[in-house]
Amino acid sequence: MLGTSLVLLGVWTIYPLVRAIQTGHLSCNQTGTRCIDTGWSTYFDVFMSQQFQDALKVSFWLAVMTVPAGLILGVGLAVLADKHLRGIGFFRTVFSSTVATSVAVASLVWFVLLQPEIGVLSDLFSNWVPALKNPGLLRDPGTALPAVALSSIWASLGFTFIVITAGLQSVPKELYESAYVDGAGSFRRFTNVTLPMLSPSILFISVVLTTRALQTYGEVALLTGGGPEPEKSTTTIPYLIYGRNSIISQDIGLKSAAAVLLFLISLVFALVQFRGFEKRVHYGN
Amino acid sequence: MATDIASVGATRGWRKVGRYSLLTFIAVVVLFPIYAVLLQALKSGPDSLDHPRSLLPVDLTFSTIRAAWDQGDLGRLLLNSLFVAVVVTTGVIITSLLAAYAFAFLEFPFKGPIFVFFLATMLVPGEVTVVFNQRTADSLGWINSYQGLIVPSLASTFGVFLVRQVFLQLPHELREAASLDGVGHMRFLWEVAAPLSRPTLGALGLFTFLGTWNAYLWPSQVIRGDRAHETIQIGLDRLKSSDISRLNLVTGGLVVAALPIFILLVVFQRQLVRGLTAGAVKG
Repeated sequence: MLGTSLVLLGVWTIYPLVRAIQTGHLSCNQTGTRCIDTGWSTYFDVFMSQQFQDALKVSFWLAVMTVPAGLILGVGLAVLADKHLRGIGFFRTVFSSTVATSVAVASLVWFVLLQPEIGVLSDLFSNWVPALKNPGLLRDPGTALPAVALSSIWASLGFTFIVITAGLQSVPKELYESAYVDGAGSFRRFTNVTLPMLSPSILFISVVLTTRALQTYGEVALLTGGGPEPEKSTTTIPYLIYGRNSIISQDIGLKSAAAVLLFLISLVFALVQFRGFEKRVHYGN
Repeated sequence: MATDIASVGATRGWRKVGRYSLLTFIAVVVLFPIYAVLLQALKSGPDSLDHPRSLLPVDLTFSTIRAAWDQGDLGRLLLNSLFVAVVVTTGVIITSLLAAYAFAFLEFPFKGPIFVFFLATMLVPGEVTVVFNQRTADSLGWINSYQGLIVPSLASTFGVFLVRQVFLQLPHELREAASLDGVGHMRFLWEVAAPLSRPTLGALGLFTFLGTWNAYLWPSQVIRGDRAHETIQIGLDRLKSSDISRLNLVTGGLVVAALPIFILLVVFQRQLVRGLTAGAVKG
């Protein structure tokens, strides 16, 4: 009964992981036909290389731009829509709606919106943000990454909203009532009841959003192709590994090393968050 | 601080107005990208170039969507995506049921270590495995094929855990009564355990379907320019054109690609929320 799953996971998850860790040792020639084992130090060399450091910075900034903003928007909207108002179901559906968009759909939506020539945003707002028209947010080295972040935040909003809303609904109403009786105002009730009770959902969302940010590939492939050149201001680590025009796309040794490093970096970020939150997360009862 | 009781009601009223205005404003911002793309898709090509500023739903036509459908071969892409997603979903439900059953009801050697092995695979992101999975697919001759899209996704650790969790909560007397009646493991699984976990299987199924339908990285690496096997997610890229007068074809493609999922989610809203929150609420 276990056999099918074991074989599938072995072949498609464990084998490629082990092979990637092994192959990360290798340095290969241009065509990948001859490789020599350069040992564990290859990982260090790849990590310290200019290209990897640049990509790491891009991935890191993408996380900085998307995770706090995504969390604040998600929690804010969920709290705002958690009242028994007439028609609140409509608003909840709207706020959840972006969960229906895939990476490709969300990215292409923003690709169209941000086109300087015919995109709606450049028509509406270029008076305030001239870069929308010339050269266009996605073509300006300074704004390309924020534009990618904007698309990601929008695409994740539905998911964040749904998870936080569900978290809110599991908060016992008596807690609010007793806080109210004790004279806590709405702000105090938010900081002393809502936030602690939401902490498991917030930790979950924070880890998921960070992992997504570090592993951003499709958004970059569709919105900017890693550019604008020559700064490569949106080449994330996954794009460095898998992008069509990436300089290491033919070198399986470097690709493996970079992929394993990406895995380790994601793990460290997740662990740091679990550690940091641990004492503050309130699991109830 | 003493306040007049009438003014309390008035403040409440204003607060309500404030809340509704804020909700409406944010709803407009969130929906605007979808509205703008939908509108552009429903206008004919040259027209949307002449009046890009017009955000009013006037002069609507299906000609752009039809043109995108023809040029992008979207019917074929949709069928590919549907076929792959249905097969993967069915496969994941079956493999998850089987493995979860073994973990929940059977005793076998090395059960503990194997369980840890399963746990560990959950940590490995696709971004790491794709490098060599592409090689494996290549050596099997699975580049540009349905097998290449489907087989690597047929086992889901997440699914195994989800279903195992439900199985562990089933009353043990059920299994005992069944074995007294001479019901074997397979029959018990398909006729008792699986039907009892239907809500979870629904959530797992919806989730797997969505994940497969929306996948981008793996399909983009295993399908290399073969239109016959492309999924809609990677095929849409083709409609992107450097010719700006044809850019609105992308909007037509987007509508075609997103519509089935919007409908699916409206129908299965409950399962979606259940699936999304399975990992979040009380861990």
